Amino acid sequence: MMKDFAMHIMDIVQNSISAGASQISVTITESEADDSLKLVITDNGKGIPAAMLEKVTDPYTTSRTTRKVGLGLPLLKQHAESTGGHLSIASEVGKGTVAEASFGLSHLDRQPLGDVAGTIVLLAAANPERRFIYRHTTPYGSYTFDTDEVNEVLEGMSISEAPVIRFLREMIEENLKEIKISG
Amino acid sequence: MGQVKSLADLRKIKENQQGKMSLREKSNNPESLVQVRVAMATCGIASGAKQVMDFFIEEFDKRNIQAVVTQTGCMGYCFAEPTVEVTLPGKEPVVFGYVDAKKADDIIEKYVKNGELVEGIIPVNYETIEKK
Repeated sequence: MMKDFAMHIMDIVQNSISAGASQISVTITESEADDSLKLVITDNGKGIPAAMLEKVTDPYTTSRTTRKVGLGLPLLKQHAESTGGHLSIASEVGKGTVAEASFGLSHLDRQPLGDVAGTIVLLAAANPERRFIYRHTTPYGSYTFDTDEVNEVLEGMSISEAPVIRFLREMIEENLKEIKISG
Repeated sequence: MGQVKSLADLRKIKENQQGKMSLREKSNNPESLVQVRVAMATCGIASGAKQVMDFFIEEFDKRNIQAVVTQTGCMGYCFAEPTVEVTLPGKEPVVFGYVDAKKADDIIEKYVKNGELVEGIIPVNYETIEKK
């Protein structure tokens, strides 16, 4: 089971990586007014053919060859629906995929956000050749983390260096605190 | 309360790190580094693969071991997650199962440093997804 949003993000983004995406964006939008939390993961990977798209939330559907079940999207769907939300996936072959999950922000079954900052940074560090954009919006403001901007500052130094990873995680955490993200 | 960190502060980290790197002359050739790949599919993530990856990155840095830590997909050993594949320079990859912080510490101290095998090796001729 996924204990928090950070785990879902780590999981679903792996799909984008397997699809060969060079750019992956993760957007979280919290709205107190309509008591909703939206998680949108967009990539420019190879896309999902229409016939497969109908079945992606079926646990017995997976593109991998090492096992016969794929639980990433079904678990996300189950989590979203248990909070009164839903999961929708749109995709175009050759263009990319958008997975959009909505949740009841204050619903008791909504899992905590978890270590989103650490997850985004680990993904960026493990995939230095891909661009990751993470945007988080709350009623108090918005914060955007973009690995293109990080690499501009690093001027050729690897984003995978431990002190860089540590710094980026702290930087994102502090900025998320500023916009008072939910637990 | 201090100022919120921004990318401008990253420059300091960069300069600091460049000083250290020239000291230990980091090789640009990944073949000469220890490579660790943490299986990061649904099964791995649900069993704590992220904590294991965090641990390897932090500890390699602290113990001054030159290593590359990345992610891989499910290797088919969902029952033994978290699993990690460790490749020492010039050696065949070895897959360890049931890795937590303690096992990861053993892997670094025994296998990475001394080449001693530790418990929990998955002794199968496996193929990674990329190879299929």
